[in-house]
Amino acid sequence: MTDLLILLGVVLGIIAISKVVSVLDMVATAKGENSYMPNARENRFQARLMPGFLIAYFGFIVWQLVAWGDRMLPVSASEHGEIVDELMNITWIVITPVFVFTHILLFYFAWKYAYDKNRKAAYISHDNKLEILWTAIPATVLLILVLYGLSVWNEITTPLTAEDDKIEIELYARQFDWTARYPGEDGKFGKANVRLIEGVNMLGLDSTDANASDDKYVKAEFYLPVNKDVQFYFRAQDVIHSAFMPHFRAQMNCVPGMTTLFKFKPIKTTAEMKEITGDPDFEYYLLCNKICGAAHYNMKMEIKVVSEEDYNKWLSEQKEFLAVEVNEPAEVEATPQTDSTQTKVGESTQLSMLN
Amino acid sequence: MGATAHHEDNDFLFKYIFSTDHKMIAKQFFLTGSLMGLIGMIMSMIFRLQLGYPGESFAFLEPILGSWAPEGILAPDKYLALVTIHGTIMVFFLLTAGLSGTFSNLLIPLQIGARDMASGFMNMLSYWFFFLSSCIMIASLFVEGGPAAGGWTIYPPLSALPQAMPGSGMGMTLWITSMSLFIVSSLIGSLNYIVTVFNLRTKGMTMTRLPLTIWAFLITAVLGVLSFPVLFSAVLLLLFDRSFGTSFYLSDIYISGGALEVAGGSPILYEHLFWFLGHPEVYIILLPALGITSEVVATNSRKPIFGYRAMIGSILAIAFISFLVWGHHMFVTGMNPFLGAVFTFTTLLVAIPSAVKVFNYLTTLWKGNIRFTPAMLFAIGLVSTFITGGLTGIILGDSALDINVHDTYFVVGHFHIVMGLSGTFGMISGIYHWFPKMFGRMLDKNLGYIHFWATIVSAYGVFFPMHFLGLAGVPRRYYANTEFPMFNEMYDINELITVFAMIAGFAQLFFIFNIFYSMFKGPKAPQNPWESTTLEWTTPVKHLHGNWPGDLPEVHRWAYDYSKPGMEEDFIPQTTPLREGEEESH
Repeated sequence: MTDLLILLGVVLGIIAISKVVSVLDMVATAKGENSYMPNARENRFQARLMPGFLIAYFGFIVWQLVAWGDRMLPVSASEHGEIVDELMNITWIVITPVFVFTHILLFYFAWKYAYDKNRKAAYISHDNKLEILWTAIPATVLLILVLYGLSVWNEITTPLTAEDDKIEIELYARQFDWTARYPGEDGKFGKANVRLIEGVNMLGLDSTDANASDDKYVKAEFYLPVNKDVQFYFRAQDVIHSAFMPHFRAQMNCVPGMTTLFKFKPIKTTAEMKEITGDPDFEYYLLCNKICGAAHYNMKMEIKVVSEEDYNKWLSEQKEFLAVEVNEPAEVEATPQTDSTQTKVGESTQLSMLN
Repeated sequence: MGATAHHEDNDFLFKYIFSTDHKMIAKQFFLTGSLMGLIGMIMSMIFRLQLGYPGESFAFLEPILGSWAPEGILAPDKYLALVTIHGTIMVFFLLTAGLSGTFSNLLIPLQIGARDMASGFMNMLSYWFFFLSSCIMIASLFVEGGPAAGGWTIYPPLSALPQAMPGSGMGMTLWITSMSLFIVSSLIGSLNYIVTVFNLRTKGMTMTRLPLTIWAFLITAVLGVLSFPVLFSAVLLLLFDRSFGTSFYLSDIYISGGALEVAGGSPILYEHLFWFLGHPEVYIILLPALGITSEVVATNSRKPIFGYRAMIGSILAIAFISFLVWGHHMFVTGMNPFLGAVFTFTTLLVAIPSAVKVFNYLTTLWKGNIRFTPAMLFAIGLVSTFITGGLTGIILGDSALDINVHDTYFVVGHFHIVMGLSGTFGMISGIYHWFPKMFGRMLDKNLGYIHFWATIVSAYGVFFPMHFLGLAGVPRRYYANTEFPMFNEMYDINELITVFAMIAGFAQLFFIFNIFYSMFKGPKAPQNPWESTTLEWTTPVKHLHGNWPGDLPEVHRWAYDYSKPGMEEDFIPQTTPLREGEEESH
């Protein structure tokens, strides 16, 4: 019944609009105007709406800034993030006046030069000086922004060297969870291969590689020591994922078949950030930021930034790969989807290990 | 040429369906493209409901969407399907084929003084490939597993492996098929446009007397011809990976409980190929919209477009640079940082010709005598959206800044404003302006006013807040933000966006009604309703195969002689010879 009423309403509405349109059309014709060309009154009215819209638009932006300004990301939790934020602020300082100025000109001109049949528009086809001016000014400003931006980019992407005091972590993505791997005592990641993925060995670590035996991997959350460089390596198992850690101004795609890199130095512990944000429940997150399937929106890991002491303590509590592999074969972590077509290579490796 | 090879005009089939007349083909593109656009818009309204009110049940969705929305709640994979097909439709079907197909077809022969396109038959083929492509894309909504759902960029391996998600099965095969046909359509059409502009200009129509619309369409066609084949090769290799066991894009993959026998490929190769089209594609959408704006702004300001040659120069510069910037979509793919630096540099270069265009529009309005037709309002709206969206591009194009806003709602806000809104505003502006040329009747002005104000207010209401979401780190393509406390907090922003999206959607009803009402009942159009200088307004209102009843018109001056001093009328058609002692200026 309601559907019928809605339908009736729509039909009547359309008829009503048609009638209004044709009446207005007839009125215009009767006045000797044509109905499609705006008359003096309409031009004036639309012209007045121009500055009206400008004020509303600017007002809307200011309202958003006031209402939502404090809900943006908190101060950067990483060292490079601070210079990124500075670059961001300066870029805003450059582009906001351009935005305001051009919009004022646009809507001011539109209001000011509304049609008047007693006036004729100025016949100005070009002005080389002006045009050179407004090519040169943006070019100069952009050049400065580019150089500044590239110096920041350079700082972010300069790789850590062997001498740098750092920790290394591999973030491993698959549909739809993350695994973080630490290289263990030897400081070296063991080799891994998708063909070796089996049961608890979800990263496909090569048990014949001595470097792999003390590797540690964790799920759901991982720890970082504060004020120490972290070199991240990213890998993916199935499709492209993206490791996004917004609080650290860090993002890198995880691509099957290759290893990607990113490094940063956390400078604020989780506890400190809880204080800064005034939110006792605050947590750092690693989230997936490249569409990877239906549960993409729920692919996350918590990041705990703690003192180096606490970090070392936590890390020492984590089990080594060899211990996981040998002692707890029964505790098989379910792979996202089970299938009987698992590779034989992985199985035999595991068997040889158990012997 | 078209005029000599015409069919019986009263034959319905050849007049309306298999027409080789560019004006009819333009109308076919317009109606098909707009219908696709309408479908794309409705899709966005549906997924906006989910984003604004995550997990809430909307009973009316179930009868429409069936198993896609069990108990009135959109399913996660179907949310992604809607996002994907919305993007594909809007970018390609509405703003590429719908925009260029309509206006290049309608205006190129009319504004250069040609009887038809260089090849009417190829022009017809172009439409029918597009039609077929549209049908297949829509059909893909109804196959098992649903349509492609890996985002409109369909990055492999997600798109290459049917195990990766339901939409990567039959749906993806149809997506590839549809897009292949689309590319064929685009190539045939573009080649035709280029050949027509270069060869069929009437006497006196030199390249520097062409209206800026034609320059824009010409360069757009060149962009299309150079970039679409690269997309074709990208999807062809994807097809091989999917169907013939090759590994162009695949390597070291373990999925559905087994390792695949693929090695040596790289998904990044696909991204390079895709964005080599993908970035010029932005300008394939923007340039025609800007061309239309140039024409509408000049005509309705009763003033020559400011800096005609600078406008051509900036179109050429934008087109050239657009081929050197694709890497800015890939700053966080692990690309060599040096390449990132190069792409940052080239990307920010685009801002220079774009700024020139903006300033030229502003100066065209300055000291003009502005008639606020609905077309003019949308053109002014385009200048506003082009500025707003263009400026945030300076942030995204800067590799260091891109890291933290990449793939967030900041990007969504940016490209919807600069490309989506500018593109649609340009297209709508063109429709208000050239409707009388297409259908011989006038659109209603008052409905146009309501349509414009409701659209621009709600459009900014939808897309401006997205920048804030992005700066808060909210990723795009998330089915719901409920899983992260810090994003869940933003629910009220998302609700606001959804409300505006609904208003924006319903505002288009004024436009749709206006089109259909005016097509049949609108006031009859005079020959030159906007008192314009260009050649299309010298043709009879009633469409004529061959466009001009007698000889082709001869052109004596540039397209922007508005309010020339010493003349009685405030416009001088291009066909009017220069008076003695009069100088032609551009």
